[in-house]
Amino acid sequence: MPELYVSGAALGALAVAAAVATLVRGPALAFVYPLSALAALMLGVVDLRVLLGGGELTAQLPIGLPGVGLHLRLDALSAFFGIVINGGILAASVYGMGFDRAKELTPRVEPLFPLFAAAMNLVLIADDAYAFLFSWELMSLTSWALVVARHTDPESRRASYLYLIMAAIGTSALLFAFGGLAGPAGGYGFDTIRAHPPHPLVAALVLAAALVGCGSKGGLIPLHAWLPLAHPAAPSHVSALMSGVMTKVAVYGFVRIAFDLLGPPSWWWALPPIVLGAVTAVLGLLYAVLDRDLKRVLAYSTIENIGVIFVALGLALAFRANGQHEGAAVAMAAALLHVLNHSWFKSLLFLGAGAVLHATGRRDLDGLGGLIHRMPRTAVFFLVGALAASALPPLNGFVSEWLLFQAVIAGHTLPQAALHFAAPAIGAMLALAAALAAACFVRVYGTAFLGRPRSVEAARAHDVPLAQQIAMGGLAFLCILGGLLGSVLAAAIAPVLRVLVGADLSSAGSGPTPLSLVAFDPARSVYDAPVIALFVAIASITTLLVVHRLSARRTRRGPAWDCGFPDPSPATQYTASSFAQPLRRVYGAVVFAARETVVMPPPGDNRPAQFSVVLTDYVWRALYAAPGRAVLRLSERLNTLQFLSIRRYLVLMFGALVILLSIAAVMI
Amino acid sequence: MTSGPAVQFLAQGAQMFFVLLIAPLAVGVVRRVKARLMRRQGAPLLQGYRDLAKLLRKESVVAENASWLFRAAPSLIFALTWVAAALIPSFASGLMFNWAADVVALVALLGAARALLALAGMDVGTSFGGIGSSREMMIATLAEPAMMLIVLTLSIAAGTTRLAGVADFFIAEPLAVRVSMALSLLALVIVALAENARIPVDNPVTHLELTMVHEAMVLEYSGRHLALIEAAGMLKLVLYLSLLICLFAPFGMAPSTAGVGGWAVGLLVWTAKLMGGAALLGVWEVSIAKMRVFRLPDFVGIAFVFAFLAILLAFLSRGAIE
Repeated sequence: MPELYVSGAALGALAVAAAVATLVRGPALAFVYPLSALAALMLGVVDLRVLLGGGELTAQLPIGLPGVGLHLRLDALSAFFGIVINGGILAASVYGMGFDRAKELTPRVEPLFPLFAAAMNLVLIADDAYAFLFSWELMSLTSWALVVARHTDPESRRASYLYLIMAAIGTSALLFAFGGLAGPAGGYGFDTIRAHPPHPLVAALVLAAALVGCGSKGGLIPLHAWLPLAHPAAPSHVSALMSGVMTKVAVYGFVRIAFDLLGPPSWWWALPPIVLGAVTAVLGLLYAVLDRDLKRVLAYSTIENIGVIFVALGLALAFRANGQHEGAAVAMAAALLHVLNHSWFKSLLFLGAGAVLHATGRRDLDGLGGLIHRMPRTAVFFLVGALAASALPPLNGFVSEWLLFQAVIAGHTLPQAALHFAAPAIGAMLALAAALAAACFVRVYGTAFLGRPRSVEAARAHDVPLAQQIAMGGLAFLCILGGLLGSVLAAAIAPVLRVLVGADLSSAGSGPTPLSLVAFDPARSVYDAPVIALFVAIASITTLLVVHRLSARRTRRGPAWDCGFPDPSPATQYTASSFAQPLRRVYGAVVFAARETVVMPPPGDNRPAQFSVVLTDYVWRALYAAPGRAVLRLSERLNTLQFLSIRRYLVLMFGALVILLSIAAVMI
Repeated sequence: MTSGPAVQFLAQGAQMFFVLLIAPLAVGVVRRVKARLMRRQGAPLLQGYRDLAKLLRKESVVAENASWLFRAAPSLIFALTWVAAALIPSFASGLMFNWAADVVALVALLGAARALLALAGMDVGTSFGGIGSSREMMIATLAEPAMMLIVLTLSIAAGTTRLAGVADFFIAEPLAVRVSMALSLLALVIVALAENARIPVDNPVTHLELTMVHEAMVLEYSGRHLALIEAAGMLKLVLYLSLLICLFAPFGMAPSTAGVGGWAVGLLVWTAKLMGGAALLGVWEVSIAKMRVFRLPDFVGIAFVFAFLAILLAFLSRGAIE
């Protein structure tokens, strides 16, 4: 099969590129990006052919575990995620082609980039537990090394340290999960696992471990703490890969385990992903609307989107467990399309943030402003991404949101009482998350791109090189196209849906027009983005023509009105923090125990007044800071063990031996 | 469908035309009722049309540092609101393009218009634009989820998310009094007040800076741009009144099978109900005071809680039946 050789060649090229890049220095490193782009394109085309053409690719290599070997397999599910991932890698590589060869290439980033890309592809095609865990760990380590690339910055060091710990916990959880799946017989091949579904109790433990392992990589709250630190710390095109694409590998891991390897589901499996996902969606955005760092806001928004995807996956599990294949197909389509859509708009937004960072050297929202004048193209692309991320029609973010709401409504047909309470609650939380997303992105765009520049750097910004504009423009185009052609995408993922939930969107194409997106039944739910877009376009053009004809048509430029008191200082504008103030008062007081203090000097005293806000992150305090302190205290206590006399060591060893023997005696 | 596609197409066009035509009158009725209740003479009923005509004739003053977004936003906001208003079944259900957007898409269309307006408010970089945008988005984070839950509740009852299907269901069963419907009605009224910047959420006639929300956002607009924003606001009022009528008082609406005669009757009844709704809004506005901005989360939060209770009841009752 030629596809097999093409994929092999592409993966090999990435590995060789990484190896060669460690040997060269300076401008020569630039070769990495065109090569990665080409490899991603080749891999993506193979994925597309496998997804649309059916069939699968398999390979077996005589490396890996002795006697087991290395099994690789590209089926419809892997191919779909492969398209997501290679699209992101392609965009990031094209963006990388725009780097200044003299200044922006370092041996700390460029050699690792193709290796990271190859590792993510390997996770998808792994067909045994060993290959999966090996490539998963390779992906973690390369991305960790990319995060620590700017190691002179203490923030980066702290982020990468936390990331390393969380990645280790995640991989151990996955190790445990695959141990449970393989069972006492130790069948590590995925086909063996599939043939012997585990005992229900074991399955529950495996599900929990998979949720910890994949959830920590994807950023499910409360396992998210590393993500908003690590994703922004990496170079921007790597941030785009980590946020837009690597989180999708985590979703893939969960889907592969929960829908494919774990056997027929019980209904209650749905509850943990639904509950965690809904909490993640809302909390992620509440973090995002209160943060002032452009890239960190985007990272928090990634957390939210992963939450949305996990809610959809949970619903799909619930429907599938109850044999409602149609509902399962709608929920699963919502999850998969959101995976695709989020990878597009989040990569776009991170590349846009990278462009802003490159042009101004800043990522604090309160130091930006007015970039729509200085960086007109980036501003347009970023606007498309921001509106798509706010789930507004007719862009792509709304398509998956729409499908998800259809699945939530269908939740009333589920027989379990717990799901009857859960479905409306997650409907409410998703609606809240959608509204908060709009607020969050209006805030980001309004402070960074609109208004007047708040710093010299922002006032002197310039648009980025053409290659970077092409990368962003291509993703923006996909966001628009994906919004209009949601039904085509839904039809394209039908093979994946059939594999995972045993049904596809059977009513596809039965809507009023060929491009209508239909959930369940054309009489029940239809969303026709092209017709709506056409209507809005006709209405806008008619309006413009009529207004043009009727109105005076005169336009005069003048100073801003501002109720009669325009102030020339840009400091009088609303900042990101002041924009967030009403939201902080409404939500922050409950969720983060936000306290505002104003110190006002008495009249006559000309010291400036002071205003401060204290936010408490309960998740960090309870789950990260407290165990961290406990480990530190414990290690200080245990430190004394290093300085005992030989006599005491002998006593300890004897005691340990007695305990072990008594345990053995009891067990046998 | 008894009528041919051409007639259907004309009816859809007629609906788009009528909602636009009647919108300034509805606002005129609200203002007139308020004025009379305050023992003022009040402006003529047709003042809304005159205001729009005057604004269109005036030149448009655009701030020096305004971007293309500022100039493009009004027509887009107007178009989005217009399309959304035209999708709500008014005098007849099941018009030609009603299927294109369901209730979820309708809420999202309005959300898109609001996001654009909030962005336009921040474009010039004045303190008032920012204050308006930030407050508007804060209110929206409470009102939009409430609205979404309401429409989900209604579509669970009707078994479809298509607007026409929901309307047909309520025409067929107008007296289906359910607790979840009553809660939805209350929540929808609160959302409608919040979304249209009416008292007690916002005061459409004031320019007092501390209380402004909507007016602060559009402070920089003038001339034809302001005319479009104002017209979009009027359309939004008609949209919410039509939605309330369509869902909770659908009698007289022509079903999808009616012909031209049915539509004529439907149009008359709809106009009468719309004016009645506008008059009620006028009475409501004079009998209550504007709230402080930070009391609003409590008020709009009630809508969210009611909407949540409604959808919970809808889920539980549907589950018991099946």
